[in-house]
Amino acid sequence: MDHIIEVNVIDRDGQLHKLEAPTDMGMNMMELCKSAELPVEGTCGGMAMCASCHMYVDSSHDVPEKSDDEEDMLDEAFFVEDNSRLGCQIYLADALDGLTVRLAPVGQ
Amino acid sequence: MIQTDILIIGAGPCGLFTVFEAGLLKLRCHLIDALPQAGGQCSEIYPKKPIYDIPAYPSILAGDLVDKLMEQAAPFQPGFTLGERAETIEKDAEDQFILTTNRGTKHRAPIIAIAGGLGCFEPRKPPVPGLAAFEDRGVEYIIKDPEFYREKRVVISGGGDSALDWAIFLAEGVASHVTLIHRRQEFRGHLDSVQKAMDLAQAGKIQLLTDSEVTEAHGDGALKTLVVKHKTEGERTLETDHWVPLFGLSPKLGPISDWNLNVTKNAVEVDTFDYSTNIPGIYAIGDINTYPGKLKLILCGFHEATLMVQSAFKRIYPDKNLVLKYTTVNGVNGF
Repeated sequence: MDHIIEVNVIDRDGQLHKLEAPTDMGMNMMELCKSAELPVEGTCGGMAMCASCHMYVDSSHDVPEKSDDEEDMLDEAFFVEDNSRLGCQIYLADALDGLTVRLAPVGQ
Repeated sequence: MIQTDILIIGAGPCGLFTVFEAGLLKLRCHLIDALPQAGGQCSEIYPKKPIYDIPAYPSILAGDLVDKLMEQAAPFQPGFTLGERAETIEKDAEDQFILTTNRGTKHRAPIIAIAGGLGCFEPRKPPVPGLAAFEDRGVEYIIKDPEFYREKRVVISGGGDSALDWAIFLAEGVASHVTLIHRRQEFRGHLDSVQKAMDLAQAGKIQLLTDSEVTEAHGDGALKTLVVKHKTEGERTLETDHWVPLFGLSPKLGPISDWNLNVTKNAVEVDTFDYSTNIPGIYAIGDINTYPGKLKLILCGFHEATLMVQSAFKRIYPDKNLVLKYTTVNGVNGF
């Protein structure tokens, strides 16, 4: 295991991006998307203090549970579903190999 | 008309440090910010979060950093126009910029430094089709004067403190009917506010609709009805005079995108020699600018501010020689 996993990101046009992601860099999904130049803002920098990295987890991976902070911020997001998450709170780990997320629509 | 040497748009850390560096060169500064307080996102989004990459501070709370920057800038007596958004710029006959805010306050200066960070914070608008047509015709994103809602039917959306506090306030003898709509069952406001709202709901003074959200707005000219969708129980229609969606603030580049600056991906292009933009006399520093290798870090913004004021000085006083003075030798001599 060389600490590289592959994750799938479906952008807002429905296009699939297969991204290689290191699991030993403390990176999260928001940062991974930004580094791949996908349209994720990450306004607050990853503190779960905005909702600009809202995405849906479409695969059945066991993603760590939402904190209260994340749940609170999702209150300020729109198009929230049961599988909604803030990308910045999903830290890349070996167990997430094959994870599929879909970027949530952005409001006005 | 407010006259100054450097007009700084954005009173975040970068704008505040500009006051200090400009002050060392005897240049006066005035700051404009759309938020009602100084500090930018440090104050607005994360005042209680520690920052670990400010040189010599292993850890400092964002709010404390702003306090210290204010203290550092104080000897240079900066002026502030807070709670107003920089809207338009023009040049006068003496080659000075005239900057007017959304409230009509006019400022004049030979130099403008845009330290606007992420842009101006504006209310987040829910994605309800046709919503814009009802803005100020029944839909408001900010409650300016609660009396506006006297004896009116008001629907408030949101789960935070402002939604709770306004629902409580309006339910206690102001509005004729108050409905509070929230996406889930739990509220994230202060416990006593949550309790009070629950008590008012029990007493029939607030109609509380949880696990629900507004999906449609209808009316002829003015707002008349909202369609509210419950997670499992389907839709219902509410008649109302007002709907106030309170979903927090998000930053937008705002009016400066109309100033003919070169902008890429919501950031202003600058020359790293002095952080000047394509318009002579206008500079951009901190998170709002972009250049090859740009990093959005407070400490990089401080560096940019320092180089920028040197260039601004030479622009204001082309005939004066500038010698870098070290504060350790000379101290800090305010105005």
